[in-house]
Amino acid sequence: MTESTSVDETEVARFSAMASEWWDPSGKFRPLHKFNPVRLHYIREKACRHFGLSTSVSRPFEGLQLLDIGCGGGLLSEPMARLGAHVTGADASNTNIEIAKIHAGQSDIKIDYRATTAEALSKNGETFDIVLNMEVVEHVADVDFFMQTCANMVRPGGFMITATLNRTLKSFALGIVGAEYILRWLPVGTHKWDRFVKPGELELALKDTGLETTEQTGVTFNPIANIWSQSKDMDVNYMIFSERKKARPV
Amino acid sequence: MKNQTVAHSVDKQYFDLVVAGGNYVGLSLAVAIKQALPEIGVCVVEPRHQKELVKDSRSSAVAAAARNLLNVLGVWADIEPHAQPINDMVITDSKLSDVVRPTFLTFDGKLDDGQPFAHMVPNGVMVASLYQKALQSNVTLITGDLVSNFDLTASGVQIELKSGLQIRTKLLAAADGVRSSLRELAGISVVQVPYDQIGIVTTVAHERPHEGRAIEHFLPSGPFAILPLKGNQSSLVWSEKTYEAERLLKMDDFTFQIELERRFGRRLGDLEILARPRGFPLGLSLARSFVKNRFALLGDAAHGIHPIAGQGLNLGFKDVAALAETVVNAARLGQDFGTLDVLENYQQWRRFDTVQMGITSDVLNRVFSNNSEPMRFIRDFGLGLVDRIPALKTYFINEAAGGGDHAPRLLQGELI
Repeated sequence: MTESTSVDETEVARFSAMASEWWDPSGKFRPLHKFNPVRLHYIREKACRHFGLSTSVSRPFEGLQLLDIGCGGGLLSEPMARLGAHVTGADASNTNIEIAKIHAGQSDIKIDYRATTAEALSKNGETFDIVLNMEVVEHVADVDFFMQTCANMVRPGGFMITATLNRTLKSFALGIVGAEYILRWLPVGTHKWDRFVKPGELELALKDTGLETTEQTGVTFNPIANIWSQSKDMDVNYMIFSERKKARPV
Repeated sequence: MKNQTVAHSVDKQYFDLVVAGGNYVGLSLAVAIKQALPEIGVCVVEPRHQKELVKDSRSSAVAAAARNLLNVLGVWADIEPHAQPINDMVITDSKLSDVVRPTFLTFDGKLDDGQPFAHMVPNGVMVASLYQKALQSNVTLITGDLVSNFDLTASGVQIELKSGLQIRTKLLAAADGVRSSLRELAGISVVQVPYDQIGIVTTVAHERPHEGRAIEHFLPSGPFAILPLKGNQSSLVWSEKTYEAERLLKMDDFTFQIELERRFGRRLGDLEILARPRGFPLGLSLARSFVKNRFALLGDAAHGIHPIAGQGLNLGFKDVAALAETVVNAARLGQDFGTLDVLENYQQWRRFDTVQMGITSDVLNRVFSNNSEPMRFIRDFGLGLVDRIPALKTYFINEAAGGGDHAPRLLQGELI
C-alpha cells in the first residue's frame, strides 16, 4: 500500500483539475451523469424494500455499511453517503481516489476512499450490507473470480447490485458503434465488446457463493426524452440484484 | 443597511437553497421545498419589507392548477374567503363605436370536476398567507436586503448581500421579477419583443353584481378585461397603445372615468374608480436559458408574457411546481440538486410550455389588436369555430386552467 505522506502541491492541483472534469455534468463524463439517476433510483428502491427502510426520511441508509467497488470519481459514493450510508469507495486507480477525495472534501461529505482492489478488501475480511458493483465487470480480466470476490463481502441479509453491458448484437451496435463512434458519448476504446457479460454468466459465477439472484432489469435510453429508464429489455445495459439470505438460526 | 430585518437569526450562514425574491413565486418555492424536505436550510431574500409586500392592491386570476398548488402548500384555506370564483367568461370583438358588442365566445367557467377554472385573488392576501406559511415552515426570511453579487462555482455559490452579509449555498433560485438583476449578473441574456402597448390596471366598484362573469372585449387598441372581485367590484386590465395610455393616465379623474365608461359599458350600472390607475408596459420577454450550474430562473425573471391570456402568474406557479419537484426528486436520490444535470430537467420541463404560451399570447395580441376588416373577419370566424366545437373549447379551458398529463404533482394537487 502506498501512503502519501508528503503532499505534492502540483499533484494536488492536477487532481483538482481532473476532479472538476469528472464532476462537470456537461463535460467528458456527461453520459455517466445522465445515466446516474436511473441507477440511484434503483439502488434506493431496492435497499428501502430489502431492509424495510422508511422512504420519507432524508437519510434512509443511516447505519448501513456500503461498498462502492470501482468508485471512480465518486459519482455513486457521494449520493449514497448523502442518503446516510457509511460508504467505502474503492478503486484500483490512485488517481481516481485522489480525485474522489478532493471532491468529497469540497462537498463536505465523509467517505472512506481507498486505493485498493476487491481482492485486497476481501482478503482483509471486510464485509458490507450493500455491495455496489456498477459498470466494472466489463473491464475486469477474470469475471468469475471478480464476482466471487465481491460476493464474499456481502453480509448475511445483505445484497449486491451488479450493473454491466450485455454481449449481444444490439449492444455491439448501440454500446460500441453508437456510443463511441457515432454519438461520441464515450472515447473510442472505452469498451471492448468481447468483455461484455451475459446475465446468465453472472448468475453462473455466483453459483457457489451463497448469493441468489432474485431480480434483473434492463436499462434503456430514450433519445427523444433524453432520459435513461428501467425496462424489460436487457439486451444492452442491465442490472442484477443478488442477495445473501440470513443464516438460519441454529 | 440598517433597516434589515431577519426573521430567524442568521448565525449559520450556509443554506442548501437561497431564493432571491420574496413575492408569491419565491415564497411558494421555499415553502414547497421545505414541505417535502423539512431538514434542509432554505433562505429567502427580499428587498421590500413585509408591510410593503402585502400592500399590493392588484388582483390576479389564479387558474385551477395554481389553486391546487396553493392548496397543497396549505394556504388556499386562508385565501379562499377573499377569492372570487370566475363562473363564466365572455369574449367580444368590437370597435369602440359599436353600440352592441357581439359575443363571439362564451365559456362556462367550470372544469370537469365542477370546480371553477379560475379565481380572482388579491395579490396582497396571497403574499401575506405565503409569508406566514414560510415563517411557520422555518424558512429563513431576510427582508429589506438584496443579493448584490454572487459567484457561481463548481461546488457552490458564494452570495453577497447589500448589507454585507455573506451566504453560501448549493443553489441560488432567482425569482426577482421581469427586470431580474440576478439574471443579468448570471450573464443570461433575454429575447425581448416590446409591444408599444401599456396595460392600465385599476379597480372599480359598480352598482349591480357581476355574477362572477369575466368579460374580455377585444378592442382594436388591445384587450379590455373586466375580472370579477369579491362584492360589487371588478379588476380592470386595459391595454392601449403607449401614446394613448400615457394620455389617459395623465387625465383628470372625471375625463378618465368618461373614457373608461365608453369601454366598460353600462351593463353593471354606475361606476366608481377605487384605485389610482397604473400603467405597465407590455411586451414579451424570454430568458435564453433558465438554468446554469447552481442557478435557476423562475417566474417573470424567466419569462414575461402579454397578460392577454392572464397566464403570467400561472406560468410562475408552474415554474415553482416543476423546480420544486426536480430539486426534491434529486435530493431523494442523494444527488447534489444544484448541479446543471439536475437543473436541466427543470428547464426541459418548463421551457417548451413557456415558449408555447408566449407565442400563443403574442399571436392573440397581434391578431386582436388590429382594426382592419379582413383581420376582424378572420378572428371572428376563428372564435366562432372555437365556440361551436366543444372539444376545442374544452381544450382551451383546460389549457387555461393549467392542467395536463405531464403537469408537476403540486399542480395536480398532490404532495411531492
